[in-house]
Amino acid sequence: MSEICKCAMAEAEVLKKDGIDTDLLEPTLKEYSAVKGSLITILQHAQDIYGYLPVELLNYIALRTGIKAAKVLGVATFYAQFRLEPIGKYLIMVCQGTACHVNGSEAVQQALEEELGIRDGQTTSDGLFSIKSVACLGCCSLSPVMMINGEAYGTLTPDKARGIIADIRAKEAQNK
Amino acid sequence: MRLVIGKGSCGIAAGADKVSDAALEYISSRSLNIEVGVTGCIGMCYLEPIVDIFKDNGEKTTYVKVTPEAVKEIIDCETAGVACEKYLIPAEDKSRLESQTRIALRNCGIINPDDINDYIARGGYKAIEKCVKELKPEQVIDIIKVSGLAGRGGAGFPTWFKWNAARSAQGVKKYTICNADEGDPGAFMDRAVIEGDPNSVIEGMLIAAYAMGSDEGIVYVRAEYPLAIVRLTNAINQAKEKGFLGKNIFGSDFSFDIRIKAGAGAFVCGEETALIASLEGERGMPRLKPPFPAQKGYWQKPSNINNVETYANVAWIIANGGEKFAAMGTPNSKGTKVFALTGKIKNGGLVEIPMGAKIRDVIYGVGGGIKEDKKFKAVQMGGPSGGCIPAELIDTLIDYKTLAATGAIMGSGGMVVMDETTCMVDMARFFLDFTCKESCGKCIHCRVGTKRMLEILTRITEGNGKDGDIELLEDLANQIKSSALCGLGQTAPNPVLTTIKYFRNEYEDHIYNHKCTAHQCQALVTYSVEADKCKGCTLCAKNCPADAISGSVKEPHIIDPAKCIKCGKCRTVCRFGAVKVD
Repeated sequence: MSEICKCAMAEAEVLKKDGIDTDLLEPTLKEYSAVKGSLITILQHAQDIYGYLPVELLNYIALRTGIKAAKVLGVATFYAQFRLEPIGKYLIMVCQGTACHVNGSEAVQQALEEELGIRDGQTTSDGLFSIKSVACLGCCSLSPVMMINGEAYGTLTPDKARGIIADIRAKEAQNK
Repeated sequence: MRLVIGKGSCGIAAGADKVSDAALEYISSRSLNIEVGVTGCIGMCYLEPIVDIFKDNGEKTTYVKVTPEAVKEIIDCETAGVACEKYLIPAEDKSRLESQTRIALRNCGIINPDDINDYIARGGYKAIEKCVKELKPEQVIDIIKVSGLAGRGGAGFPTWFKWNAARSAQGVKKYTICNADEGDPGAFMDRAVIEGDPNSVIEGMLIAAYAMGSDEGIVYVRAEYPLAIVRLTNAINQAKEKGFLGKNIFGSDFSFDIRIKAGAGAFVCGEETALIASLEGERGMPRLKPPFPAQKGYWQKPSNINNVETYANVAWIIANGGEKFAAMGTPNSKGTKVFALTGKIKNGGLVEIPMGAKIRDVIYGVGGGIKEDKKFKAVQMGGPSGGCIPAELIDTLIDYKTLAATGAIMGSGGMVVMDETTCMVDMARFFLDFTCKESCGKCIHCRVGTKRMLEILTRITEGNGKDGDIELLEDLANQIKSSALCGLGQTAPNPVLTTIKYFRNEYEDHIYNHKCTAHQCQALVTYSVEADKCKGCTLCAKNCPADAISGSVKEPHIIDPAKCIKCGKCRTVCRFGAVKVD
């Protein structure tokens, strides 16, 4: 760790208190920090590891790569893929693509928001669910569609969506 | 015997993985001699999951809407030597598939995308071999010129011209880039091609690189397409092992390699200069052209950017000749085009048809007509950059120029069908909401103008439209079109302009009569019970979340408009069709 500057070490300490171990990012930094144009790739790897990109981590990446912190934040906030807040155990992506819209996806999203008591982009207080509306999941013929942790649920109605949430809740309660 | 399961993203979403697990378990539990394989999307999404059975003599039987239970029945029937009638593909669906002309999709749903040998067995990598061994780069460009192939990403720019510009550009280092950042909501052609036949894209890029004198390729894939990334990575690795990628391809001095870069979710990155900025790790914001990417692109080097479908056509053209491709289509649009057919259509999915077909042929032919046989109202082509083509223009030819004349565009191939229950003002609002969110913010007219247009459209759909709003929308639209730097901004107002052009009466109904004839805009509809149809079953009153319905058993019920929240629940639950919406 000899080449890491003091500021970066200090940032790493802060992150450790939040449970973010910067050592895990070391292989990515080793591979990409000297390759120009790799900022997006580094951020993608970091999000894969930690689930989200806290501002302190962005600072840390800036210090380690020599890219200005403002630019790192600028790129992280430009692209829809990057999250600066942690997400729930179940990430519900509700498709709001054209085909889903025509087939009633707004009512589905509304039902989910009511059921969970959160709005688009938020996470429930128990840390279980996050809702995110997305442009198109590419399953247009099954519209309206939502995807929960990578699994697609098609031809939804508001009631069917509520039922799926109830099933997950029941499963979680059982595991407790 | 071989059992092949369609595993595109849509097939998996419909349950293909579960079918495949069930088949494997059943086969091993009975120790049957059946090989289980995988293929990509055949395009008939409404019939997924789809299973093909290949007998040892090569005879194929297709089964549709296969469940984990059904696959066992199918295996039982097939091993007994009979077809399983219940799940056989209906004859009309089969003929719909056979009526298409498949070039870009020639291997999709037929070969195993994870096995390069399948691609080679169907003539794969023969076209690049021919180029390297027999043709000079100029001759390759000439063949593409004769074919009339134009960019399938939306703009329809002649492909040979781009290649030639990159070839003529000065410099030793040149990049061949594939744009797989398919962001149009309602379009999934590129995803299906990469998931179903990744090698056709690699071969197309190889040929382009040979023609231009490029040695490095990059595929910019949308991060929302994880399966496409996996299959493409796999295909690239296999192509490297076989020596189709790497140094001295086919023993020549031509060398080429491809890497993948995952996008991070920004619609504007489909624009080529924004895509380049994103490849360089920057915010994906477009810049002024010229210089064009062919002169100064990625890292300021000459770069050629084509769409996935464009590349997928290239190897076929080299193998079959430019004339054969040019023989299909119209004088200004050659070859075939893949469309993603979705919305209120019976048979949604992917179709590939020759240019010059009528919109009617697609919707009522391959598409099978409108869901529940409702009335066709319009089709949105070209996504948020395109426009709505109304029912009276259903006989419009699918051709770059003819479509542009309607105010819509060919676009990348999204076709979203709408029926009488779709409100066109709401549709325009939907698209503006999308472009407003996706505007990169560089040009003021696009950044602020789309926001203002969205506000106006929202207030119209909420019943607060004002006299002069339509004219204000048109004025703003024209300003954005003329002052935005890139394609996103220049085309963002198209959905609004085309809906005003063809459905002005709907805008006027919303603003002046406070009516939404499609009954989509909640603020503008009223629910009431038709006394003569109501049997007094009380079901609506029991289900009303706002306690707005009153009435005694066996007596007609009444909805209190002051309490009604217009959720439509009463109408959904009524078994006598007594709840009327105006």
